[in-house]
Amino acid sequence: MKISIERGPLSRAIGQAQSVVERRNTIPILANVLIEAEGDAVSFRATDLDIEVVDRVPAQVDQPGAVTVSAVLLHEIVRKLPEGALVQLSDDPTSGRLNVRAGRSSFQLATLPKEDFPVMASAEYGSNFTAPARDLRRLFDKSKFAISTEETRYYLNGVYLHVATGEDGPALRCVATDGHRLARVDAPLPEGAADMPGVIVPRKTVGELRKLLEDDEAEIAVSVSETKLRFATAEITLTSKVIDGTFPDYSRVIPTANTRRLEVDAAEFARAVDRVATVSSERSRAVKLVLEDDRLVLSVTAPDSGTAEEELAVAYADERLEIGFNAKYLLEIAGQVDRENAVFLFNAPGDPTLMREGGDPSAIYVVMPMRV
Amino acid sequence: MPALCRDCLVTLPAAAARCPACGRPRVLAHPELFALSIAHVDCDAFYASVEKRDAPDLRTRPVIVGGGRRGVVSAACYIARIHGVRSAMPMFQALRLCPDAAVIAPRHDRYAAVSRAIRARMEALTPAVEPLSLDEAFLDLTGTARLHGAPPAVLLARLVRDIEAEVGVTASVGLSHNKFLAKIASDLDKPRGFSVVGRAETEAFLRDRPVGVIWGVGAAAQAGLSAAGIHRISDLLRWDEAALVARFGAQGARLWRLARGIDARPVSADAPVKSISNETTFGEDIAAPELLGAHLWRLSEKVADRAKAHGLAGRVVTLKLKRADFRLLTRRSSLREPTQMADAIWRAADPLLAAEAPRAPFRLIGVGLSDLGPAGAADRTGDLLDAQHARRAAAERATDAIRARFGAGAILRGRALGPGDGAG
Repeated sequence: MKISIERGPLSRAIGQAQSVVERRNTIPILANVLIEAEGDAVSFRATDLDIEVVDRVPAQVDQPGAVTVSAVLLHEIVRKLPEGALVQLSDDPTSGRLNVRAGRSSFQLATLPKEDFPVMASAEYGSNFTAPARDLRRLFDKSKFAISTEETRYYLNGVYLHVATGEDGPALRCVATDGHRLARVDAPLPEGAADMPGVIVPRKTVGELRKLLEDDEAEIAVSVSETKLRFATAEITLTSKVIDGTFPDYSRVIPTANTRRLEVDAAEFARAVDRVATVSSERSRAVKLVLEDDRLVLSVTAPDSGTAEEELAVAYADERLEIGFNAKYLLEIAGQVDRENAVFLFNAPGDPTLMREGGDPSAIYVVMPMRV
Repeated sequence: MPALCRDCLVTLPAAAARCPACGRPRVLAHPELFALSIAHVDCDAFYASVEKRDAPDLRTRPVIVGGGRRGVVSAACYIARIHGVRSAMPMFQALRLCPDAAVIAPRHDRYAAVSRAIRARMEALTPAVEPLSLDEAFLDLTGTARLHGAPPAVLLARLVRDIEAEVGVTASVGLSHNKFLAKIASDLDKPRGFSVVGRAETEAFLRDRPVGVIWGVGAAAQAGLSAAGIHRISDLLRWDEAALVARFGAQGARLWRLARGIDARPVSADAPVKSISNETTFGEDIAAPELLGAHLWRLSEKVADRAKAHGLAGRVVTLKLKRADFRLLTRRSSLREPTQMADAIWRAADPLLAAEAPRAPFRLIGVGLSDLGPAGAADRTGDLLDAQHARRAAAERATDAIRARFGAGAILRGRALGPGDGAG
């Protein structure tokens, strides 16, 4: 194999590859990226056995071939090369090394046999459709903060992507929850997606997928089966196993009868929460909200370090309410609001609270209160 | 030799077979009886006793607390112990030994409430109460004789008599001149025991005991000591301090002191606790996942009990395993929120254990809780997906609210007055 490739696209492809490979793995080949050169393109393939990313980059192929080399090492090298450099990759069958050459730098890297590289078995995808990148980006960006890291409830370690009936008709929906908060985000249902099976997209896949969704105008080809899903742009194909489990029936935890309504400027609210939470040294910093007559008083009492209080003018016309929350959770859900005011709907101080953006039901958030 | 009737609390100038005042036989005599003031009070078969207290028809039956899905004995009453049932024994084995035992699932909130009632009584005697768990504590009664108008031995006898009569569980007392000896003593005469180890007899008292009586000397340490020819405390006495330190490190200095009955640790009500852990070494290596899980559950309960006793909650759960070749594995998991609940500790540790299952068999399992803070910050957020969790949190919130408003001591003592108290 002998190829010449620009540093820019190489860096992007190898950057994605090195974020997929598992750093703490015990199988050496899984630390490697498989580089395959053919025609006028080079593909970079990386896998952790759960996710596989293939990134095709245009290149000058002088001699087709394939080789595997440490993804992290190659990434570090490429990262340190000057911008605009032309990089030559060629394998030396006698030494079994990969030569990396750019300007006056040259590296010889150990390789492993390409035959050992595990290629993910392809699946029968029963559902194929295309979705706008910006819709997918919104679905995952607004829900991923609520993904659980708790290993016991592994079926919460991802975003539940499924078809649902939203307020405005059929929707492609993402739901994530860790038991303390829940995010439910809807997008218009793409044509051909109606019979898609619901799948739990693992946290790591959500992170890798994000890199395919930067371009506002792009259309993403989505393929879904019961066990795998695939997202593809013209250059990148991301295939992932889905979490084998049943996502809980989230509809019963979304409050429907919360009547106490608070409307507040989300950014102002977030800044105030952040300020008062400063005095608390606990990591789960509890903020108390007292609501009465268009006034919201936020306060934090930290026995060791002090107290803080801030008052905000808000729209609140219901009976007086005192309720506590983890400051981090409030900041996270307030951070999802980008156009209108945040609308909170409360019930009793021990009950889940609902938040949405203005009157928009396409993204709603539920958060459990905290004893204060 | 000064003596004391443990039933009517009369003090006597000399030992007697029966108390001349009340005629009962529980007369305690010891030359240093009224000169010692460090005590260890340990409830007898605590969980099982609480269950018997709450259901009097169980009183004459063997009772085993534990089992359920996790299947090991958490506690066995003395009747069950006669049949050979022991803590940490798999439930099927316990039931083979004692088929007519009543098996009761542990009710930790209940035990915590009873423990608080007992603690309140201890704290009425001295501020220097150092709880070790829900069912045991050290008390330093030095200098309290004038305040209470009676020497420590009398106060302790009254304490356990009152706990028995009013709280409904029995306890055993070890009275000595330091914590190490008091703790050994409380175990000598269980149940309803009262043992005294004086200064004069300290060395003779320790000499023939196995080194395992020293706190922290478990099976592994015993094996190490045994390799050096040390089986009994008397074997330790033959070593000079430098030699023990050379062989066993810092632990060696501790062994040298404790073998001589020297223990200067104060009884401290608020000793800073950095982590709470419990571990157990098996008689033979265990590979069966259910059995390992069962031990893990029992240890999680113990850790939670101690966290509750100290009013602490932790955010990091650590699993410790020792493989058959003595190699130690530790795995940790951080929680979203600090906890002091056995269930939450177990739920964090169990997946860690499952992940290490291929490395079984193990000779030791332990679980620890660290990154500790005040319990006020613990378990404060409900779980959207777990209705059970929400109910527990609600109950705890209510208890805490009452405590915060009226003060811990007052409300707890009030609760302890009737056997049907609704705490927990």
